[in-house]
Amino acid sequence: MAVIFDRPKSLADVPTHYCPGCTHGIIHRLIAEVIDEMGIEGDTIGICPVGCAVMAYDYFNCDMIEAAHGRAPATATGVKRSLPDKFVFTYQGDGDCAAIGTAETVHAATRGENIVVIFVNNAIYGMTGGQMAPTSLPGQVTQTTPYGRDVSVAGNPIKMVEMLSVLDGVALAQRVAVNTVPHIREAKKAIRKAFENQKAKRGFSIIEVLSSCPTNWGVSPTEALEKIDEVMIPFYPLGAYKDVTAEGAN
Amino acid sequence: MERNLMKGNEALAEAAIRAGCKCFFGYPITPQTEVAAYLAKYMPKNDGVFIQAESEIAAINMVLGAASAGVRAMTSSSSPGISLKSEGVSYIAGSDLPCVIINVQRGGPGLGGIQPSQSDYWQATKALGHGDYQLLVYAPCSVQEMVDKVTLAFDMADKFRMPAMILADGLLGQMMEPVTFPERKTEFEPKPWAANGHGNKRKHNIINSLYLVPEELENSIRNRYERYEIIKANHTEAESYLCDDADFVVTAYGASARVAKSAVNRARAMGIKAGLFRPITLWPFPVNEINEACKNAKALLDVEMSMGQMIEDVKLAINCSKPVHFFGRTGGVIPSPDEVLGELKKLSEANK
Repeated sequence: MAVIFDRPKSLADVPTHYCPGCTHGIIHRLIAEVIDEMGIEGDTIGICPVGCAVMAYDYFNCDMIEAAHGRAPATATGVKRSLPDKFVFTYQGDGDCAAIGTAETVHAATRGENIVVIFVNNAIYGMTGGQMAPTSLPGQVTQTTPYGRDVSVAGNPIKMVEMLSVLDGVALAQRVAVNTVPHIREAKKAIRKAFENQKAKRGFSIIEVLSSCPTNWGVSPTEALEKIDEVMIPFYPLGAYKDVTAEGAN
Repeated sequence: MERNLMKGNEALAEAAIRAGCKCFFGYPITPQTEVAAYLAKYMPKNDGVFIQAESEIAAINMVLGAASAGVRAMTSSSSPGISLKSEGVSYIAGSDLPCVIINVQRGGPGLGGIQPSQSDYWQATKALGHGDYQLLVYAPCSVQEMVDKVTLAFDMADKFRMPAMILADGLLGQMMEPVTFPERKTEFEPKPWAANGHGNKRKHNIINSLYLVPEELENSIRNRYERYEIIKANHTEAESYLCDDADFVVTAYGASARVAKSAVNRARAMGIKAGLFRPITLWPFPVNEINEACKNAKALLDVEMSMGQMIEDVKLAINCSKPVHFFGRTGGVIPSPDEVLGELKKLSEANK
């Protein structure tokens, strides 16, 4: 019988520690599918964040490095400049990429580092148990915004791909989601484009992936996916904010 | 052999290129900026990478990336910048990665000053970042020794898979002396652990400092400490100058050892039997060497450009078996040979 659905070769056959209903698994799979399709597992080095995906080094079969919190783009810079012909990607959460590591993200982007950043935005700090993220929505209740995020006190959420899209070093800055099948298919295309950009040496590509956290949002996995449509996407509209490839040039 | 008249900072930068340093990542800070300026000029001409990072923090994490990829990498800074790098250095140590870190010390704490100092001894030898680990720490006292120790630091870092530091100071960095350089290194030991793409030929390599099972973390630390024991037993370095018959042994490293040596020579001319013990490796501290050097001494005089940091290691190394006196200037003030000589005279009088 023909196999029509299988585990990507570059995704390790191990149980993950992610919570039930979490979409990290989908995002891991999309990256692994792209690596397989491009045949680059042996030439790829992945950089893990500190956050829920801290142990992603066990889940991908390519060489992996665990970075300090927020420093993955700097670490990726060191790898890529040492090995310019290899593929380098970082996998980062919202705290990693958009709070403690904002400077590293912005400067890797503006230098035009030829790397891929997968930025998983679930609007909350998952690993530490549900504190406010730089991307938590106005009014969102978290452990550290128990009365809801009051922007006059806690400040406003940060819109990373919009912000990075004005930088000359950026080849692709796109926001996608993984809460529905059509969104997942779009997300896969965007991740593929990011890796193709690296192959063509076009510069820095960041894919922001709107993701769910049923555990810390306090809702069921299904409700969490619906919330992405209801509250996340209206605040963080999907789309390519910058795309230097021919089809996306504006 | 060709001799060149060079500034300490530039000489150590050239030595790094000759040692096969492929990547330099740094951030400007006085008084080490010549290191970055030199490498910005010459790394591109030597197939190397130079990046002026957005911060000290980014620079050390770029070093972590390059070291993970298996190439020789270096960063350089001065005291406040080294504090910023401390997180990254801890990760590098915890990931068993080799690299070289230069600290051209200036006065602290805080923004401190920009004049030479030795007040980062504790930071370098005890507490550069969190966790159980050590750095190899070399303390050169001449421009030639800057060159020699940078060369050695790269080799030792690779051999023992750990970070190595050159603990210099603004005086050594800024002064000019004639130097000779070694030939450029082109052959390197393979690094089968590197994360450089497995090429579908091996299982994936993981560079990591995270161990969630306490026993596994303990084992990784114990393995590291076994390597430290090998280094302590075989790789300490020190200079003993006129110590054999010395009644009074001055202990000093780096720039203050140069001052101390002048004072020792003048004391000898006055009939005071003084000697100088100069640790070259600050970690590991040359314990056997100092005990040998002061075996006939009545007392020791520790001289530092700080309020007294190395003095604790001196006392520990000799088990407080003799009195250890202290003379230090700090905040960027350099002790004069006259001042050190004055201390030796006092000791001589007191021990008559």
